[in-house]
Amino acid sequence: MKFNHEIVEKNIGLLGIFIVLVISIGGLVQITPLLFQKETTEPVEGLRPYTALELEGRDIYIREGCYNCHSQMIRPLRAETERYGHYSVAGESVWDHPFQWGSKRTGPDLARVGGRYSDKWHEVHLIDPRAVVPQSNMPGYPWLAENVLTGDETAAKMEIFKGFGVPYTDEDIAGAKQAVEGKTEMEAIIAYLQSLGHALK
Amino acid sequence: MSSFWSIWITVLTLLVIVGCVFLLVVCNRNDTGIKEGESMGHSFDGIEEMNNPLPKWWNYMFYVTIVFGIIYLLLYPGLGNFKGLLGWTSANQSVTTIAESKAAFEKSEAAYGSEQGDGSFVQYDREVIQANERFGPIFDAFAKTPLEELVKNEDALKVGGRLYLQNCAQCHGSDARGGKGFPNLTDNAWLWGGELAEIKTTIMNGRNGMMMPKGGLPIEDGEINGLAEYVVSLSGRDHDAALAAKGQASFMKGCFACHGMDGSGNKMLGAPNLKDNAWLYGGSRMAIAESIQLGRSGVMPAWKDILGEEKVHVISAYVYSLSQKDESK
Repeated sequence: MKFNHEIVEKNIGLLGIFIVLVISIGGLVQITPLLFQKETTEPVEGLRPYTALELEGRDIYIREGCYNCHSQMIRPLRAETERYGHYSVAGESVWDHPFQWGSKRTGPDLARVGGRYSDKWHEVHLIDPRAVVPQSNMPGYPWLAENVLTGDETAAKMEIFKGFGVPYTDEDIAGAKQAVEGKTEMEAIIAYLQSLGHALK
Repeated sequence: MSSFWSIWITVLTLLVIVGCVFLLVVCNRNDTGIKEGESMGHSFDGIEEMNNPLPKWWNYMFYVTIVFGIIYLLLYPGLGNFKGLLGWTSANQSVTTIAESKAAFEKSEAAYGSEQGDGSFVQYDREVIQANERFGPIFDAFAKTPLEELVKNEDALKVGGRLYLQNCAQCHGSDARGGKGFPNLTDNAWLWGGELAEIKTTIMNGRNGMMMPKGGLPIEDGEINGLAEYVVSLSGRDHDAALAAKGQASFMKGCFACHGMDGSGNKMLGAPNLKDNAWLYGGSRMAIAESIQLGRSGVMPAWKDILGEEKVHVISAYVYSLSQKDESK
C-alpha cells in the first residue's frame, strides 16, 4: 500500500494514535527531563520542611482558594524583584506538593511575604482586610479565628509528604498532633504565611 | 542536565522539525491521481469535494515558522545543553543561596561592557545593571547625604514617599496615621524615639514592643479601673481625682519601671509616654483598661534585608518629615 493521506483520513484509530504521539512529544521534551534535573529536584540550601502547624496552614490556604488571587512565584524581572524580593527558584518548591505558584495576581505575590508584616497585622488583615488597607478588595476570613484545629490528620498528612521525599523525622510526625491541637486556623495560616520565602533570604 | 536528557531533548526537537517539513512536503504532493481543481468523485448532499491544494498563504506561514524555529534554536537555549549562540538566559536559576546569587550577579556585572565575559547574557542581571546605572547614582548621593540634610531634599522625600507607600502603608496607612495597634507616624509621638537616627534604627532592625498582662505585676482586677483613671489623668484630661489617686498607688507597684515615675515612657524599651494623649490602642477608659488587663505586643518587622540600607535611609527621612509637618500646624 502506497503511503497516502487517505490512510489516516479513513482510519480513525490510526489518526488517534498519531495525534497522541504528536501531542505527547511536547510533554516528553519539556516536562520529563525536569523530573530528573538537579535544579528542580534538589532543595536550595536553606529549605526546611513545613512544621506541623505551617502544614495545616498551607491546607487552609488551599481550602480557602488563596491561590486564586495570590501567586507565589516571583519572576526574574526587576519590577517584580524590587517589590517582592529575590526571584523564585525551582529548588524552593521541591517539597511543595502541589506547589502554590498560582497563575493569577489579583492580590500581590506571596512568595516572600514571610517576615514582612507582624503576626498581628496578618490577623487583623485576614479578619477584615479593609481595617488596615482601605482600598483592598480582598474578602475577609473571620471564621479562621474561630475554627479550632484538632490535629487528628496532621500526622497522616506528614506521612504522605514523607512518602514524597520531604525529610520529616519520626519525632516530627509523633509530635504533630500536639503541635497543632487547640490552635486556631488563624494561627496556622499565619504560621504558614510567615514561613513563605524562608529558604532564600 | 545529564547528556542523556540533553540528547533526548535535541533529538526529539529536531525530529519534530524534520517531521513538520516532511508532512508539509507530502501534503503538497498531488498523489490522488486526480487533476488539481477537479472533483474527488464523491459528493454529500450535493456538496462535492474538490482536489484543491493547501492555501498558499498557509503553506508559506508554515515554512516561515519552521525557519523561525531553527533560527531560534540556534540563537537561544533550546536544544538540551546547547546554550545558544547568544549565550542568553533569563536568570541564574540554579542558585541555591543569596550569596551564590550575588556572586553570579557580580560576574555579570564584571562582564558587562567589557571583554572579560564568557559570552553569557543573563537577561535579569542585565536589566538590574542598567537600572543601577540609571538609579544608582541617585541613591548613592542620598546615601552619602546625612539624614539631617536629606530631610530638606524635596526629591529624596518624593522617592521616600513612593517607597513608603509601597512598603509601609499596609500597616501605617497611606496617610501615615496608622490604626489601632499600628502607630501613627504623623503625631510626633514616638515609642522608640523620633530622632532621625532612631527612626532609621527602628526601620532597619525592626522592634518588638511587649507589655505583659498587667505588666506582669501583682495588680488585682479591682485595681484596673483606678489605674486607667490615673493614666487618663496623666494626659491632662478630666478625671475622677479620688479614683486616680488610688490608681497612682497601683502604678507605683511597678508600672513606673517602664513608663517612668512621671509616666513619660522609655524609648529604650518602647514603653509609651502616657502623658502625650497619643493612644496606639485607643484612649478611652475602656480601651486603656483593656490594654492593662490583657497586655499588648506589637512587632515592627526589620527591613534591612528586604529593602537594603540605601532605601531605608531615604524612607527614614520621609517618615521624619511626616511628623514635622504635623507639628507646624
